[in-house]
Amino acid sequence: MKNHDRRTFLKASGLTAIGLAAPSILRLGDKAWAADEIPVGIMYSLTGTTAIVEKSMNQCAQMAIDEINAKGGVLGRKLRAIVEDPASEPRIYSEKARKLTIEDQVPVIFGCYTTASRKAVLPVVERRKGLLVWPTWYEGEECSKNVLYAGSAVPNQQLENSLPWLQKSLGKNKVFIVGSDYAFPRGMAKTSKTICEKIGMQVVGDEYLPLGHTEWASMVSKIGSSGADVIFSNVVGDSIVAFYRELRNQGYDFDKLPLCASTTTEVEIKAMGPEYALGSYVSLPYFQTVDTPQNKVFVEAFKAYAGADAVTHAAMEAVYIGVNMWAMAAEKAGDLAPDAIVANAGGLSFDAPQGKVTIDPDNLHSYLTPRIGKTRADGLLDIVDQYAEPLVPLPYSSVGETADKRVCTTSGATL
Amino acid sequence: METFVIGLSIASILFMVALGLAIIYGTMNVINLAHGEMVMIGAYTTVLATKHLGLNIYLCLPLAFLVTATFGLIIERTVVRRLYGRLLDTLLATWGIALILQQLIRIHFGLGLFGIEIDGLGSDLQNVPVPAELQQAIQLFGANIPVYRAFVFVTALALGAITWLVMYKTRFGSQLRAVSVARNTAAACGINDKRVNMLAFAYGSGLAGIAGVLVSGFKTVSPDMGTPYVVDAFLVVVAGGVGHLLGTFASAGILGEVQSFVATWANDVYGRTVLFAVVIFILLFKPQGLFVTKSR
Repeated sequence: MKNHDRRTFLKASGLTAIGLAAPSILRLGDKAWAADEIPVGIMYSLTGTTAIVEKSMNQCAQMAIDEINAKGGVLGRKLRAIVEDPASEPRIYSEKARKLTIEDQVPVIFGCYTTASRKAVLPVVERRKGLLVWPTWYEGEECSKNVLYAGSAVPNQQLENSLPWLQKSLGKNKVFIVGSDYAFPRGMAKTSKTICEKIGMQVVGDEYLPLGHTEWASMVSKIGSSGADVIFSNVVGDSIVAFYRELRNQGYDFDKLPLCASTTTEVEIKAMGPEYALGSYVSLPYFQTVDTPQNKVFVEAFKAYAGADAVTHAAMEAVYIGVNMWAMAAEKAGDLAPDAIVANAGGLSFDAPQGKVTIDPDNLHSYLTPRIGKTRADGLLDIVDQYAEPLVPLPYSSVGETADKRVCTTSGATL
Repeated sequence: METFVIGLSIASILFMVALGLAIIYGTMNVINLAHGEMVMIGAYTTVLATKHLGLNIYLCLPLAFLVTATFGLIIERTVVRRLYGRLLDTLLATWGIALILQQLIRIHFGLGLFGIEIDGLGSDLQNVPVPAELQQAIQLFGANIPVYRAFVFVTALALGAITWLVMYKTRFGSQLRAVSVARNTAAACGINDKRVNMLAFAYGSGLAGIAGVLVSGFKTVSPDMGTPYVVDAFLVVVAGGVGHLLGTFASAGILGEVQSFVATWANDVYGRTVLFAVVIFILLFKPQGLFVTKSR
């Protein structure tokens, strides 16, 4: 009786296995039919903690793809977006990246927002010879040849302008660096210290709280008693809101104790209520208020796409740059293979909403225009300082990389 | 001094969340893992009421109490009541309720499926406007005291006082205490223990709702904001002694100050670590918690 049971069970499970396999066999056929389309992966979290920002990035990527398709696609073929939701979990990012590269065989993935997610996807695209187009500003110290860092700012592009500006224009000399406790804020602090030493600014504090921490009272009172005359914030996510609200609740005023942030975008300002951020500074290459003809078109197009009260922000603009530059590189290469794209991306320029963006041939990062914005009452930012020319990306500036002495070159990073 | 004030404010939030939990756990021996979601619902009540009804944060306090108490009442009547005496089952069931409540907020109570979206719900972050008079700091005894934190502290004290009155000066309170010490004996003496349970659950939930209104003033409101509070509140309840008002009060105070002083001296991560260590020590030397309800 027992044996018999096992036999029927085996039969049943065999049938089930065939049944489960059938859709994927059918799907293989599906792929063959649509040979005139290019499948591309879009991987931004639609659920989970970072969904608020990543949702808009997802919309922006699809908008960019629609625009490219409307102009005839890439190499005469239309792009077909395969959208995956990695749910703000690095583990799922890795799984979805594997699914996109192995099963869907996409030549490119537009995706990721946090460093943790990029680090999870990196081994997949490197081993499978895939390509990730990475949008967000990050801590640097990376030199992968399977990632196109299009539109992504590195520390020198956010700090080389802002710290000296705080010193010169606001006359501040004692900076307190505060951040969430992970790779990005620590990398930013490392570069900040190098720059502060060079320009003679004193770092009076360098403190971290866990990602998602919302009890900021002790930290704020510590900043208050540190003697700092300016705060540099690398705080990320939900914590930003708690941090800014706590500053206000403890009676600090951004006029007297200015704050410059590296990650507070229009989205976070909207989430906390603009009155709490009023008068604070942000250093990023793009704000919705950037005054270029391209940006007017971009903002209008996005509002038409996502709704009238949608805001545009730096991470989103970077996604837009990424999709467009990938398409340009593919046209130039006449090929979709990741290595061909990477070989041809260097030196390409795109008239982005923020201005001209050029890919550096050595490190595949982007020349971007550093800007400083000051938050106003409607939650957008007035641009108070900007470079006339885009600034060279130096992902290894924390260890002393300069434009003449590169650490990251076409053959990889040599430390 | 400032550190002490911050400690008081951390303590007052802990106290408000833990108080409700202590009452529920003390009376019914039910570990309510959905308690954090009551904080969340209180916060969303504030978001919706300020957005759609134009209420200010003061009026939201009683409103949130009513709303969350209703939620508590429904949860007790539909689920928890059927699971009395089954500790593990209630643990699982209330955890499930917690997840359901979070998702309900995300999908606009199901209306999202039909394309109706309520402004203020959904998985986005929400914020609550705080009146200008609460958005400043005053100088008192040479210390910089945030008005909002002071407001939180005063509310917590008031709630503590009201709860004390309810527990020790009303008929319901003495019934509740009787039920928590000896349920069967109390029931045999003619106390409707089911009704006491129900009201205790609702009252406890309502307190968490008020805590939700107050925390919405200094952090963002999101569907999963409540979860961390359950852990903290449990620490307080366990360290303070189960079912003891004074114990909850004292342990919230001690734990809040411990966290604040260590956080100022080192940082918040150490603060949390020391906090957990202190709770473990308390339990090692006083397994029943700081205060013990004497029972025979």
